Amino acid sequence: MADYADTVQVSGYRFGVVEGEGTLTDKEGRTPLGSDEVQQRLQAIRPRLLAFARIQLGDPVQAEDLVQDAMIAAWEGIGAFTGAAKLETWVFGILKHKLVDEIRHRHREQTTGFNPDEMPEIDGLFNPRAHWLPASRPQKWHEPEQACLQDGFWQVFDFCVLHLPESTARVFSMRELMGLETAEICESLGISEQNCWVILHRARLKLRACLENGWFSKGDSNAIL
Amino acid sequence: MQSCKRATELMSQQLDRELSGSEKLSLKMHLFMCRHCRKCDAQFKVLHRLASARSQVDKPDKD
Repeated sequence: MADYADTVQVSGYRFGVVEGEGTLTDKEGRTPLGSDEVQQRLQAIRPRLLAFARIQLGDPVQAEDLVQDAMIAAWEGIGAFTGAAKLETWVFGILKHKLVDEIRHRHREQTTGFNPDEMPEIDGLFNPRAHWLPASRPQKWHEPEQACLQDGFWQVFDFCVLHLPESTARVFSMRELMGLETAEICESLGISEQNCWVILHRARLKLRACLENGWFSKGDSNAIL
Repeated sequence: MQSCKRATELMSQQLDRELSGSEKLSLKMHLFMCRHCRKCDAQFKVLHRLASARSQVDKPDKD
């Protein structure tokens, strides 16, 4: 418990433990999980929530705050957790909602600096007839479906996403990491759907090339980190 | 034949919206002819699946 208290004190919050409450009950009085287990599992998933939020927000301090909010919301709302999904999936869902709210808020307040014209350049991949240049041709990927099981893959993935222009990374991660529809993304960011498709196309081309260089062409070694 | 660049636009958009009949046909024709774009198409789909696995917890990573 001491370790837990140490690691969760972030940004002035203390992720409190309810005194004398051994188990958590839902509305029907069931006890799907003991409070110790919930604490342990929330704590265990925290680094992954943080990495996810950092990609979305670009600001590590704000990402910490939002993850902390999500964990508090999960803790306080544990009664609504029915056990239908895994606890970790449920917490990720809470974080996603908070991220979308934050991104919408930023856009309303005009604090995003979101610039849809700031897009990665892809002309260097194609010749004047718009066919692949030899150096840019997609190569065979080594065990692509196994990648996410391997150590280091997500670090390479995050590296590649974070090296896209910020506005591009934002649109890509809302679409591909958070699974939002393009119509929703456009509304949140105030851009046209057409614009959204152009941004996603460029993001995918860039990410494809980055992952190929950083991971897939070299088996399981992570060359760029 | 449509250009590779245009084909990659359609490959990307098919992950975000339903392509029209003629778009589907022209993409299919292009992919039949171009092995580089066939790889790209498969890899965009892998990216799509992997990215959605980023917040799935059935396959935990060790970060």
